Amino acid sequence: MSELSGSNDKAEKADGSPESGRTSETQVPKTRAEAAAENAKTARTLVFVVIGMLGFSFALVPLYDVFCDLTGINGKTSNEAAVYESVIIDESRTIKVEFITRTHSGMPWEFTAQTAEVAVHPGEMSEVAFYVRNPTDRDIIAQAIPSVSPGTAALFVNKTECFCFKHQPLKAGEEALMPMRFYVDPQLPKDITVFTLQYTLYDISAKAQPAVDVAMNNS
Amino acid sequence: MNTETVNDAHDSHDGHDAHHEHHIPKGILRWLFTTNHKDIGTLYLWFAFIMFLIGGAMAMVIRAELFQPGLQIVEPHFFNQMTTVHGLIMVFGAVMPAFTGLANWLVPMMIGAPDMALPRMNNWSFWILPFAFLILLSSLFMDGGGPAFGWTFYAPLSTQYSGDSTALFVFSVHIMGISSIMGAINVVVTILNMRAPGMTYMKMPLFVWTWLITAFLLIAVMPVLAGAVTMVLTDKFFGTSFFDAAGGGDPVMFQHIFWFFGHPEVYIMILPAFGIISAIVPTFSRKKLFGYASMVYATASIALLSFIVWAHHMFTTGMPVAAEMFFMFATMLISVPTGVKVFNWVATMWRGSLTFEVPMMFAIAFIVLFTIGGLSGLMLAITPVDFQYHDTYFVVAHFHYVLVTGAVFSIMAAVYYWLPKWTGKMFDITLAKWHFWCSLISVNVLFFPMHFVGLAGMPRRIPDYALQFADFNKWISIGGFAFGLSQLIFLVLIIKACRKIGEPVSDQVWEGAEGLEWEIPSPAPYHTFETPPVIR
Repeated sequence: MSELSGSNDKAEKADGSPESGRTSETQVPKTRAEAAAENAKTARTLVFVVIGMLGFSFALVPLYDVFCDLTGINGKTSNEAAVYESVIIDESRTIKVEFITRTHSGMPWEFTAQTAEVAVHPGEMSEVAFYVRNPTDRDIIAQAIPSVSPGTAALFVNKTECFCFKHQPLKAGEEALMPMRFYVDPQLPKDITVFTLQYTLYDISAKAQPAVDVAMNNS
Repeated sequence: MNTETVNDAHDSHDGHDAHHEHHIPKGILRWLFTTNHKDIGTLYLWFAFIMFLIGGAMAMVIRAELFQPGLQIVEPHFFNQMTTVHGLIMVFGAVMPAFTGLANWLVPMMIGAPDMALPRMNNWSFWILPFAFLILLSSLFMDGGGPAFGWTFYAPLSTQYSGDSTALFVFSVHIMGISSIMGAINVVVTILNMRAPGMTYMKMPLFVWTWLITAFLLIAVMPVLAGAVTMVLTDKFFGTSFFDAAGGGDPVMFQHIFWFFGHPEVYIMILPAFGIISAIVPTFSRKKLFGYASMVYATASIALLSFIVWAHHMFTTGMPVAAEMFFMFATMLISVPTGVKVFNWVATMWRGSLTFEVPMMFAIAFIVLFTIGGLSGLMLAITPVDFQYHDTYFVVAHFHYVLVTGAVFSIMAAVYYWLPKWTGKMFDITLAKWHFWCSLISVNVLFFPMHFVGLAGMPRRIPDYALQFADFNKWISIGGFAFGLSQLIFLVLIIKACRKIGEPVSDQVWEGAEGLEWEIPSPAPYHTFETPPVIR
């Protein structure tokens, strides 16, 4: 560690000693108080970095949502009802859409898709229905969470109506048919010819408000 | 407040007070109230060693259960608690405090500073640590047991399928995080502000450089860990839905946040090791380090790259191919600066006049075995094959090669290298060689076959396995017990050294050792460099 001594007159921080004769001649030694103040200043800056990074860790949550909304890579479809604009129906392509249902562990409902799969042209409106039954003797509020695979297709699934937009309550023993209307955006990437739309049903009775406004087509 | 004034007296850096040596309180109070960087370094190192033995005992439980297929010794739920707490203790209780202890002992001596910049905070950052681990360990005795969701505490395992002890786990991680952050701030302030005149950045020993970069990593990512555990806490107990899909959250987001902390964390556990090896190899090669500047830049590159590779832990979560490609290539890029380091050490030894004292033996074992761990890491980085390796014993083999034969071996090398300077006496070399050879052989019997069972499909974190893995697991367990017992040799050696049994050593201790810490007397006096040294 001796070669680099040529240009080191950049202000080096010394622990201040009042006996200035014993420190390097190029600098004015700091007093102990000055050194302590300087240390406190650096430490304060670092504490701000720590606070900033703590804030960043929570900011990651909305950032993640925004990123996924823009790219659709986590397979979530929009929670807003889409408006069906008279898009051109692309009859040259046929997309197979498969439906899978599952219930989260501890969710006792029966939950099945009336139609296992449909073949649609991009731009074409279709409607499918899902059957639910609450076999228990207690009222349960459910929330369905969609997931599209491959995830990149999620941005191109436009739902004009979906049971997943709202909480779904069923009284004990009740059953229902829940509709879902959707069309596939003609912008769907060419390499996707089939995608799967999965709904997972969660029991959210504990968290949900007792009075939920619902629109449900009882059959 | 009374103690403060007393401490101020003997912490005085003014250099005109020669009497402060007489004010050291005796007994336990000395250790409770100490603001001396050497005392605190000793406390950290002892704490880390005790935690190493406790975490090791848990590993023994794991290996005893896995000695034979089938369930025989512990309940699966207890097995899960053992894997979880073993990981937490080894990461946050053993490796990180050991490095912080070494930083406390060595950084001020290496840069010619009288003490750490913030001595009172230093005391606090150590003394909250035992409480963190007391909380964590006591949670094992709660109804329902301690944390059992793996040290990575993935949601929803930790938010929906965990016991009430999760709250204790979260608070203990908070305390560990605060301790690490305070330690890191202290290291940064010390290095930035307290270098002796003439100690420019590019003259600092590499251990100081690697610790400076490590400390910045700690400051950047420990708050993210604190945020992640806080979200787990509120999800579990206060009804939020950060990671709950039913409430609009996303469990995969947990993994993103966790590994955004977790990947820099693994470099936090290895960068100081690079600094240690870069100090030891030149000493016993009697040559300068082959490329000092390239080591500094390689360390900085590894630290920067560590922020953009986190999702290689999550290849099987269903990421888009483009993202998988990005994280695969970014991960592989890290092998470039790491390779720079390994070649640097080898080039330093090339045509050096080598001698093989105990620290050098550990350092060479580090270079070889850490490289094996690095290469298996490179294999894991390849996305398509990671689908096969994911969550198997291959991963366990990989990270134990980099953490045990990497980080832990480097810590042992460091202890053997600087222990004579700390105690003034040469340690028991016969015992040290026994410790080295027993550890070296057993650690490979322990971890090398894990590669094979992992490639054959044995999943990690499961208390039972298919019959075809029985023979390998028997060997792994035998290696594990042998490695565990070998550490008792180390314990005996350390106790002997602390009782100052051994031949007195010179100030330089090792022929070929260079640096400020070798210019002060052995044992290192309680206060050093109260007048800054002149750096030539």
